[in-house]
Amino acid sequence: MAHIQLKNISKTFGNHTALTGLNLDIGDGEFFVLLGETGAGKTTTLRMIAGLEKPTEGQVFIDGVDVANWGAAERDVALVLQQYSLYPRYTVRQNLEFPLKPKIRRLPDAEIKDRVDRAARTLRIEHLLDRKTDRLSGGEMQRVSIGRAIVRKPRVFLMDEPLSALDAKLREALRTELKNLQMQLGATFLFVTHDQIEAMSMGDKVGVLNHGRIVQTGTPYEIYNNPRDTYVASFVGSPPMNLIDGKLVNGRAVMAPLNFELPFEGRAKTSGATDGRPLVFGIRPEDVYLESGAPVEARVHDVENHGVEKILTLRVGDAMLRATVPARTDVEIEQPVRFAWDPDKVVLFDKGSGINLRHAG
Amino acid sequence: MAAVTTSTERSLNKLAIVGVLIITMIFLAPIYWIASTAFKPRNLATTIPPTVVFQPEISPFVKLFTKRSQLRTAPTPEQYAAAPWWERLVFDGGEKVVRSGRGEVQWSGYPSRFMNSLIVAITSTVLAVGMGTFTAYGFSRFKVKGEQDLLFFILSTRMLPPVVVAIPMFLMYRVVGLNDTHWGLIILYTAFNLSFSVWLMKGFMDEIPKEYEEAALVDGYTRMEAFFKIVLPEAATGIAATAVFCFITAWNEYAFALIMTNRRAQTAPPFIPSQVGSGLPDWTVIAAGTFLFLLPVAIFTFLLRNHLLRGMSFGAIRK
Repeated sequence: MAHIQLKNISKTFGNHTALTGLNLDIGDGEFFVLLGETGAGKTTTLRMIAGLEKPTEGQVFIDGVDVANWGAAERDVALVLQQYSLYPRYTVRQNLEFPLKPKIRRLPDAEIKDRVDRAARTLRIEHLLDRKTDRLSGGEMQRVSIGRAIVRKPRVFLMDEPLSALDAKLREALRTELKNLQMQLGATFLFVTHDQIEAMSMGDKVGVLNHGRIVQTGTPYEIYNNPRDTYVASFVGSPPMNLIDGKLVNGRAVMAPLNFELPFEGRAKTSGATDGRPLVFGIRPEDVYLESGAPVEARVHDVENHGVEKILTLRVGDAMLRATVPARTDVEIEQPVRFAWDPDKVVLFDKGSGINLRHAG
Repeated sequence: MAAVTTSTERSLNKLAIVGVLIITMIFLAPIYWIASTAFKPRNLATTIPPTVVFQPEISPFVKLFTKRSQLRTAPTPEQYAAAPWWERLVFDGGEKVVRSGRGEVQWSGYPSRFMNSLIVAITSTVLAVGMGTFTAYGFSRFKVKGEQDLLFFILSTRMLPPVVVAIPMFLMYRVVGLNDTHWGLIILYTAFNLSFSVWLMKGFMDEIPKEYEEAALVDGYTRMEAFFKIVLPEAATGIAATAVFCFITAWNEYAFALIMTNRRAQTAPPFIPSQVGSGLPDWTVIAAGTFLFLLPVAIFTFLLRNHLLRGMSFGAIRK
């Protein structure tokens, strides 16, 4: 198992800049999730660690050793991709044996058989061993892919959206399985995804990548509750954090173009939040609540029923605001309601830079 | 959803089948003509209207494989009785085998021409497809400086009719001594086919997800091992399709074979028409030569037919 460090990595493809000044530190045995939209540079980062791509600038360290001159074969990492990582002409067994048979680290036959059987047992694919891979379902294929990675006992597991092509039920099941597997193996995982639910539920640590830069690294809790900027705030969470422009005036949050006010006393205040400075108020939908005596009136624009809860879209003037309320709340579309927020949960961002005031300075 | 076929659709289907049958018959007619003529007695080969029902003979093939000349007189019964069976077949056709000085029937030029054709076509196909596969893999997987220009240059070798360069090639070949050699033709045909092979194989290579090899690289294999273990089996369809096309081109080539070779390395295409010779042409012999000449391509194509069908529609099936 290994400790991975990326120092000041930049990568350009022709005129296109994929990554700039990227620093990452993945601890030994950590489940690190790299979260970002399509094209943010997640896959490029992963491929650089695997040795399939060379950084334009910067260094990659595996266990403190600069691996710039190591080929993919020597780095001893395992790669699980969204698709195409199984060889179509081989059976499942042959696929699982393949990583154990290269010339540079060819294992004895008995050992190969032992490892393949053990991996198959772990992943519950023993009954599939003699099947051709084109006769597998999506979930089975991904299991075999993961199997191909674990037979090797590599130093790092690199996973590039391994669950994205699966349907929701299966994804959920494999998510748990994968997390359990990682804990059982005590292995270092780098998991790339665009799905914030995967990131939140699996990661020990999450790195949010936007346009080739790491915006924030932290535990899922930190990322969710204390996003570094408005990008992370709006990317993580479903529905995302409400972001409303406004100012602080005498302990009240005055929303600028919309003319509504909410109380904002004491605790959440930080040094930079001076009166009159243009700010963005961030509030998670679950921290917005409906109450008959609450200060602001809104109309219910839309209701999404999610079973345990309802997600309401509230309309104040022209602005939309999401609120998560218990499912038993009885509301109708266009019904006037009053709402308030939990001032302690409000996150303040600078209007110009979008940076969380708690992180700034 | 269950397929709903209306009666119009069904009759349209029948119409399509009839159409396909007619087209197939048009395509097969010349082949039938060659095949039937190859087994006809000589006097029935040129009858008008054509003879459809006849007693098939193999004398055209015997005549094709042996040296012979026509005699005005029929063999005497003693001569006939003394002759071995293949000579009798020729006698039956109304001709007499000329014996060589040592009193034996000699092979005609056809078998060696046929062998030449096989040697030249197979070697040049292997070379063109092999080099084309490697080149295409390079173009498909690596950043090659001036890739587009190079590919265009490779394609441009097909933009002029090959015969245009026949005379300069002939002169150059004479200087370097490649005239009338197997290698001379092999080099020529490989050069013809290479651009085609590179372009076709590039299409197939681009279709193979590079993730397969990358997985192998990460698993500890070298690029070369990954190529042979993973890419090549995946490219089998493309290789088969390309090989069939290259083989057909090399096998059928006539003009250069006629100019560049005359005896030792002559291939079958220029040899067959030379059998028309002087005097009355024996069409049955020519048909027999052509018929045998058609077989290797037919067998080769038949063996690779599954690959070929997928190869023809490449790009349409995957993904």
